[in-house]
Amino acid sequence: MATTQTPPGAGDAGAGAAPGAGPFPQAGPAAAGLPLAGGGSVAGARSMRRMARAITANRKATVGTALLVLFIFIAAFPGLIAPYDPQAEIFPRSKGPSAAHWLGTTSFGQDMFSQVIWGARPVLLIAFGVGLLATIVAMLIGVAAAYLGGAADGTLNVITDVLLVIPLFPLLIIIGSYLHGAGTAVMIAVIAATGWSYTARQLRAQALSLRNRDFLNAAKVRGERPLYIICVEIIPTMTSLLVAAFLTNALYAVLFSSSLQFIGLGDPSVTSWGTMLYWAENNEAFQTGLPLWIIVPGLCIVLLGAAFALLNYAFDEIGNPALRPARSIRRGRAQRAR
Amino acid sequence: MPGDSSPLGSAAPASGTVLEVRDLSVEYLLERGTVLAVDQVSFDLSAGEFLGIVGESGCGKSTLLFAIAQLLVPPAEVTGGSVIFKGRNMVGLTDRELSAVRWRDLSVVMQSAMNALNPVKSIGAQYFDAMRAHGVASKGEIAERSSEVLKMVGIDPVHLKSYPHQLSGGMRQRAMIAMALLFTPDLVIMDEPTSALDVVAQRSLMVQIKELQEQLGFAIIFVTHDMSLVSHFSDRLMVMYGGLVAEFGATRQVFDNPLHPYSIGLLEAFPSIRGPRVPLTGIPGSPPNLANIPPGCRFAPRCPKVMARCEVEPPELYQMDGTLVRCFLHDGGGRADD
Amino acid sequence: MTEPLLRTEGLTKHFKIGRATSRRTLHAVDDVSLAIGEREIVALAGESGSGKSTVARLLAKLYQPTAGEIYFQGKPLSAVRGRRAVLRYRGDAPMVFQDPFASINPVFRVSHGVMRCLKLHRPDLSPEQRRNEAERVFTAVGLTPASEVLQRFPHELSGGQRQRVGFAQALALRPKLILADEPVSMLDVSIRIGLLNVMATLRDTQGVSILYITHDIASARYVADRLIIMYAGHIAETGPTEEVLSRPRHPYTQLLLSAVPDPRAPLAVGAETDRGEPPRVIDPTPGCRFRWRCPLAIDECHHVTPPLRELLPQHSAGGRRDAGVPVRRRGSSRPGTAPRAAARGWAPRRRLPVIRSWT
Repeated sequence: MATTQTPPGAGDAGAGAAPGAGPFPQAGPAAAGLPLAGGGSVAGARSMRRMARAITANRKATVGTALLVLFIFIAAFPGLIAPYDPQAEIFPRSKGPSAAHWLGTTSFGQDMFSQVIWGARPVLLIAFGVGLLATIVAMLIGVAAAYLGGAADGTLNVITDVLLVIPLFPLLIIIGSYLHGAGTAVMIAVIAATGWSYTARQLRAQALSLRNRDFLNAAKVRGERPLYIICVEIIPTMTSLLVAAFLTNALYAVLFSSSLQFIGLGDPSVTSWGTMLYWAENNEAFQTGLPLWIIVPGLCIVLLGAAFALLNYAFDEIGNPALRPARSIRRGRAQRAR
Repeated sequence: MPGDSSPLGSAAPASGTVLEVRDLSVEYLLERGTVLAVDQVSFDLSAGEFLGIVGESGCGKSTLLFAIAQLLVPPAEVTGGSVIFKGRNMVGLTDRELSAVRWRDLSVVMQSAMNALNPVKSIGAQYFDAMRAHGVASKGEIAERSSEVLKMVGIDPVHLKSYPHQLSGGMRQRAMIAMALLFTPDLVIMDEPTSALDVVAQRSLMVQIKELQEQLGFAIIFVTHDMSLVSHFSDRLMVMYGGLVAEFGATRQVFDNPLHPYSIGLLEAFPSIRGPRVPLTGIPGSPPNLANIPPGCRFAPRCPKVMARCEVEPPELYQMDGTLVRCFLHDGGGRADD
Repeated sequence: MTEPLLRTEGLTKHFKIGRATSRRTLHAVDDVSLAIGEREIVALAGESGSGKSTVARLLAKLYQPTAGEIYFQGKPLSAVRGRRAVLRYRGDAPMVFQDPFASINPVFRVSHGVMRCLKLHRPDLSPEQRRNEAERVFTAVGLTPASEVLQRFPHELSGGQRQRVGFAQALALRPKLILADEPVSMLDVSIRIGLLNVMATLRDTQGVSILYITHDIASARYVADRLIIMYAGHIAETGPTEEVLSRPRHPYTQLLLSAVPDPRAPLAVGAETDRGEPPRVIDPTPGCRFRWRCPLAIDECHHVTPPLRELLPQHSAGGRRDAGVPVRRRGSSRPGTAPRAAARGWAPRRRLPVIRSWT
């Protein structure tokens, strides 16, 4: 990685250097710059404020956070927003949008708007569930492989590679068809169990690059146990990559689970966006003049996926200033001209 | 460039001034404010002259170098002054216009060859790329010139097929210097090229550089934090501190009779291997924070000879027996006019 | 003579290189016997590839020796097993690392390392006492005000300050010996003096011995009591600092001295053909490892590895020939004997030096 030019006085040479010069990779007099993984501090009030400032400063982060917060709110309190029970088939069938039914009704007589609102919860549960579970598994396997090295590394690598090579979606279809209608929990388990390999590779690569850093040798030399070193010394320095892994896994969970539900391998009695698509497709929604039945859940899936993707990019930019758009220079000049 | 006898340039040294830097200022435009890395630096460089620029980390010497070579990337920007190289002002030229000058008339040797050399290409392939990019079409000519420059730096031309990681540190630096000399430029800029090397390799490289300079007649700007390294090789020496020129004069004069308290402190920070063993103190304190420049002389907080005047009024560059010095102790000679 | 604080005997470390099936070994350290006493700073100097860092890591128990033994306070290190004993040794001989930007975990405040050291090695202290102790060691290395600096993050400190944190962490263990692996090499020259003074103060006021590993002879002279010069895994010369530097015996020491830039002395232009190419010692054949660069090499240097001989009390050198001083014949001599015979102090015949040309 190229060394970004460290502004003098804001990097290593100033004792009174302003905090928040942290994101800049440091450069010693004789060494190339080494990117600081997870340049922020461990959670605390100070880092919360810094995070808030980083989010508002970066457009991608603002949009992504806003979308995510909106969906979380919808998923957490659907009863506050949805007017009716989503499963109730009591309304007139196949009606277009009206004052009583903002999106209209399905061909079974259910209120579409309520369905969309209640459908958010399973999707978000799957997203966060898989995000967390897959990331934890990837972290344990990746970091352990990097730190232990030798035969342990070799074995774990083989397992990771096998899973990487197998095309995930066909695998999920096969597993899904054995399970006959996978509910939320099963979906989480299945997607997490097959999808951890990609991020495990990334985490292992970063852990490998950290392995010979002197601060790990310093921990060893002061007498720390290997488990302590892995958990307390290595993993916190990888926070930015772990967050990125979480967001990646969450994004793919949303897409894969919705796809599985769309082709009918999900549990059709659960109201979620994917199953809405399934029913809409089966009832030929476009042809029967109910386009919103397909468009709205599809749009929601897209927006949620976009939220995760935007946050992923935003984290990259916050962590590595070299990726930030050059726009900020002109803005800076305009500010100074005032 | 038109006027050259051959695309590879001529070995006969031109006479006159090769580089005129006038009031060059560089700022880093950060969200937190601007950092003034280089503050109105001016100097002239004659053909075939060896100029050494010394200072601690954070004094702006590397930034100055990049500014002269027009290699600054945002958030760093030239905010004032001019760099007139062979009659043309380099500041504000487009990349296209610069590429006519780059490498043919002006080349750069970086601090670490492992950063500057492409690790997946052999040395010969990189020389080939460089020469092709500047219009040398014939493969035979390229091969001949590549062997020639390698022999000039004392490397067996068989290493054209080697990859950078196969060469030792000293050889890599020599290969970098050879690459910089492909077109026999008029000015070679070197950013601490020996700092990653051991004492014996360092000395050998310095002697080699000096020999090449005498042979080919190019001017050198050599940046380092190690003053003693350039003491025997440079014609003139510039000491930088906090983005400003602190002292500037003939090398021998600066060493034998340093005027600025910072230069005195720097010279005394070198333990000697000959002569009596004396306790040294170095220079206590640390360089100023350039995001928040204090009024008065920037060296005042650390200066052993500080006066009341130094803390309120910033000193100008004064003349003293042919040396320029930025210190009120020597303001009797009058201001330097440039 | 009293047992020195630390003593090594024939310390050797080889690394296997290449693929799993290759049988090539890199001889990083070969047959190194050195001693460090109480309250002294010993400098271990050499180029990169000389094995000095490997020696430090062997002494810090980061590597296991291939052969030879390390004695700490008279007891062999190989007998130090089990968590309690190893922890005690680590508390007696901590290490300070070279890179101030990589040797502190960037995620935690700088107090983290010191507090962990205290927690692991001095569990008898209460949290309050630990806090006080942390402030004491920070003040001892010149990081004041200690309570304020302890709260900072590593990126808020300069390189020199971070190295002081490294020394403070070592000091918190109340060590007998600090292994300092090139602690000032990555710092600006004007900051180095400050840290070297800290090291000297630690020796004088805290009674700590320091093994100072460096490639900079001038700084070794400034701070060290004794000097060991290493080349290609062997010890080339060792003795009191002033003695070795004023009258160097080994040609490599002479080469190192001539290469140090000294602004006060005029440039000594000699045969500038030595490039400073350090050797990679892979599967070496017997013979002096400096022979390719030595201006005084004779035929014998290619066949017999010279032993470390004591030339003056405390001053030993490993070269076959003393620079400029012809070696006298001692008794009968047989050319081409095995290295073991050479170790008994066999002296070569008197011959004219053969000047080898090398590029």
